[in-house]
Amino acid sequence: MFLKEYFGTIFNSVKSLLTGMKLTGYYFTHLKEIVTEEYPDNRATLKMAERFRGEVTMPHNENNEHRCTGCQSCELACPNGSIKIITKQEIQADGKKKKRIDTWVYHLDMCTLCNLCVIACPSEAIVMGQNFEHSVYDKKQLKKILNKTGSKLMEGVEE
Amino acid sequence: MLLGQDHITEEGEFVINMGPQHPATHGVLHLKIGLDGETIKKIEPHLGYIHRSIEKMCEQLSYRQFIFTTSRMDYLSAHINNQACVLAVEKALQVEATPRAKAIRVLMAELTRLASHQLWWACMGLDLGAVTPFFYAFREREAINTIIEETCGTRLTQNYMVPGGVMMDIHPNFQKRVKEVLKQIKEKAHEYDELLTGNVIFQQRLKGVGYLSKEDAVSYGCSGPTARASGVSCDVRKLFPYDGYEQLKFDEILNTEGDSWARYLVRLGEMKQSISIIEQLIDNIPEGDFQAKTKNVIKLPKGDFYQRVETARGELGVYIVSDGGATPYRCKFRSPNFSNLSAIPKMAEGAKIGDLVAIMATVDLVIPDIDR
Repeated sequence: MFLKEYFGTIFNSVKSLLTGMKLTGYYFTHLKEIVTEEYPDNRATLKMAERFRGEVTMPHNENNEHRCTGCQSCELACPNGSIKIITKQEIQADGKKKKRIDTWVYHLDMCTLCNLCVIACPSEAIVMGQNFEHSVYDKKQLKKILNKTGSKLMEGVEE
Repeated sequence: MLLGQDHITEEGEFVINMGPQHPATHGVLHLKIGLDGETIKKIEPHLGYIHRSIEKMCEQLSYRQFIFTTSRMDYLSAHINNQACVLAVEKALQVEATPRAKAIRVLMAELTRLASHQLWWACMGLDLGAVTPFFYAFREREAINTIIEETCGTRLTQNYMVPGGVMMDIHPNFQKRVKEVLKQIKEKAHEYDELLTGNVIFQQRLKGVGYLSKEDAVSYGCSGPTARASGVSCDVRKLFPYDGYEQLKFDEILNTEGDSWARYLVRLGEMKQSISIIEQLIDNIPEGDFQAKTKNVIKLPKGDFYQRVETARGELGVYIVSDGGATPYRCKFRSPNFSNLSAIPKMAEGAKIGDLVAIMATVDLVIPDIDR
């Protein structure tokens, strides 16, 4: 009786190990079921989700115009202080002075990509970008100015 | 603290430090272990290596901003942490989320729980020396993370919940993708059993090890699967339902054994329950707004507010004291891992040093949640 139990345990143990081995063997021989992606070799075909939060960007149109009115809602909404907007008074064609953005400073090193600035923006001036490869050698390179040089406010946004 | 400087050492006791840079501690947890030969006499957890003062930080942040910090506590159930904050703010404002938002929240929370338990299962094997299961669990976890990424934009620290609802509506593909993943998980469930659950070495390392009695589980304040494996009924989703959990049918998985094997089985059972909850909801997401209207600057009335939720690891409590302003006067998070960690010295008493890793794996600690 003791022997039967003894060998029975050994048999069941070996069987349980072989069950696992069978499964790993199955995947070893079925290469089609491999799901790993070979980043960065697949950079050309890699597509991120459309809502992916990579970094804050400010889209400009072909006339170098953006939609940012300089209302600073995003600066207030940001929990980390990674947005700093410097405004200036600009004289318009009709002689009136109006507030416009001078520099839109974005500290990517402080950003947690929480999306609060994007929802806070009333004029849809900023969106989340798809780029996620942000490694640089110097922290200073992560301080970005989002409005391009010479860019203007798009007409019809402010009304 | 240096070796042999505090009260842990006795004559003839051998002290070793496990961590704070040990792969099996899943982070920067430092356990000071007093040994008699190979047998554990006492364990002293040393904390504070990843303290970021999240509670203090919250005092400077508005009620819309402070939610994102909680994703950094228990990062594997970030959605559920965010949900706790949002529910606390809603309770104070006496605003209720829209039915659609509630359904989305529950779906996301259960997907997070599923992904979290899958990562636990993966690390469970890894801690006990089996590397292969890690990749099998990550295959399904990756699929869940892809769904979450598609809707929320991020994979781990989502910040998807806002007071009154959710930040964005679900992606048009959401329902289709979730059904695909559930089908995949069900089809592959037998692989989990073949690889790890049925494995004789794995079973013998867990059965009868790390016993925690029901009384101890209660007195140490354990919650979640750790307490339920000792027979304590403590599922917040059942006892204090929130966000429409009261309308869903699911079982609270209980086990009375109290050992590591029981904790393993409870978590496996919870994964099945999560799948069943998602299946009930996925075709019944109500139409309507995904966000109730709230003021731009949220000011809570004077007073204190407490809200608890069930994360993948246990009960998370959010306690907000408000002085009527736009930021919390005091914010306190009752994290499940802190209490569960305090029970580990009790569980490991008299066990062998090799079993300690197995015990810690079944408790499923996330270290940033302990320190906050």
